Amino acid sequence: MQTNDYIKLQVCPVDDGTNTKSTIGAPNLSFIIRDEDHTLGNSLRHIIMKNPAVDFCGYTIPHPSESKINFRIQSKINEDSTAVPAIDIFRKGLLDLKEMCSIVLEKYEESVKTFKEMETS
Amino acid sequence: MASLNNIRTRIKLEETEVLHTTSTDFPGNYPGYDDRLNLDEFRKNLKIQISNLDTTTTEFDLIGIDAAIANAFRRILIAELPSMAIEKVHVTENSSVLPDDVLAHRLGLIPLHADPRLFVDKVSSDTKEREDDTLIFKLKVACKKNPKATTDGNDNSKNPYINSNVYTEHMEWIPIGNQATKFKSEDVGPVSHDILIVKLRPGQEIDLKLVCHKGIGRDHAKFSPVCTASYRLMPEIILKKPIYDEDAEQLQKCFTQGVIELEDDNKGHRRAVVSKPRLDMCSREALRYPALKDCIELNKIRDHFIFSIESVGALSPDQLFIDAIKLVMSKCDRLLQEIDGNINN
Repeated sequence: MQTNDYIKLQVCPVDDGTNTKSTIGAPNLSFIIRDEDHTLGNSLRHIIMKNPAVDFCGYTIPHPSESKINFRIQSKINEDSTAVPAIDIFRKGLLDLKEMCSIVLEKYEESVKTFKEMETS
Repeated sequence: MASLNNIRTRIKLEETEVLHTTSTDFPGNYPGYDDRLNLDEFRKNLKIQISNLDTTTTEFDLIGIDAAIANAFRRILIAELPSMAIEKVHVTENSSVLPDDVLAHRLGLIPLHADPRLFVDKVSSDTKEREDDTLIFKLKVACKKNPKATTDGNDNSKNPYINSNVYTEHMEWIPIGNQATKFKSEDVGPVSHDILIVKLRPGQEIDLKLVCHKGIGRDHAKFSPVCTASYRLMPEIILKKPIYDEDAEQLQKCFTQGVIELEDDNKGHRRAVVSKPRLDMCSREALRYPALKDCIELNKIRDHFIFSIESVGALSPDQLFIDAIKLVMSKCDRLLQEIDGNINN
């Protein structure tokens, strides 16, 4: 089983010739997420594609016997050639997915409660 | 030509193909639609209606959610929620007809009552059996001839053997440490006492120590806390033109019983009406008849999931669904933490 210091997320540095190491502010980024599959990959992709600042978002499982996914985000370049950094889009996607789940959780617990009340009465 | 709204919200069943299967409601895809993620709107539109909930099964409608999210919940229920199962079998004696490995595999599949939330994952380098990560059972059964059995061979009323069938009720729980005060035997034992493990004949015996650990379904299906967790989409049947008499009867026969009902109109004809589309199993039989083909439209509602969960027995199905949602949230949390770590590097 995994320990806490195990690194799950790896951000691939952008190779634009000038600033090869920095991932901050880059409009296009690839992430490697270990020990994840379609469960997180597809739901996160769906949430991120709902973001209008995103040009492209997709993921792939490069090989079925390796448990990791490659996750790609490309953000939209505006007319003044600025773009939302991909890492911010990724962060927002995770926060949105979490918020969405908490809404589902809240609604589900509510309906379980009303169902159980209806049954006992 | 299907309207834009139909493409966005319905999956269309044609005679030889299924159309508009993937979600396309993303920003920039359709003029005039705002497809940005709007969580307030989501909260308003999300409906959960429970139609059945008991200790082992539940069925509920999840309306207003995308397949990507519903599928994440389903996948987590099957493969990522933990449960306890027999992982190691120490064999002292096995003279039954089942080889040790086959017997051990059978034992592994026995569902246990033990609440996985009260245990921690086993650290693989730690070989010691600890009270918070291991459960131990003893299974020691020997088969003998029944001295009271009749010998003429005709009377089947008495079993000629004692202990010829080994059931899960023969499993004896051996508490470690303070487990005896923490649990009762029925809290951790097999969910059912009449699961047949192996058959013995006089002279054969088994003497086993069963070691249970916590695990997840991705590693082995025996750790999956659900028998099935599945969903289907709500069917929608539209009668585009009124259908009468023989055609109506024909239409009724094409669907599962109860989906189409015939009602008398006041002119002395019987007219087909859609009564319970929920019962439909989405057969496309009706589209094979030229007389019916142009009168009906078969759809599935893209964001209406009929979710069904069948628990193995350790946890109630509503608790499992709650845990599944919480697991998606903790996955997000974990990655959010790591993003911040990565940026600092």
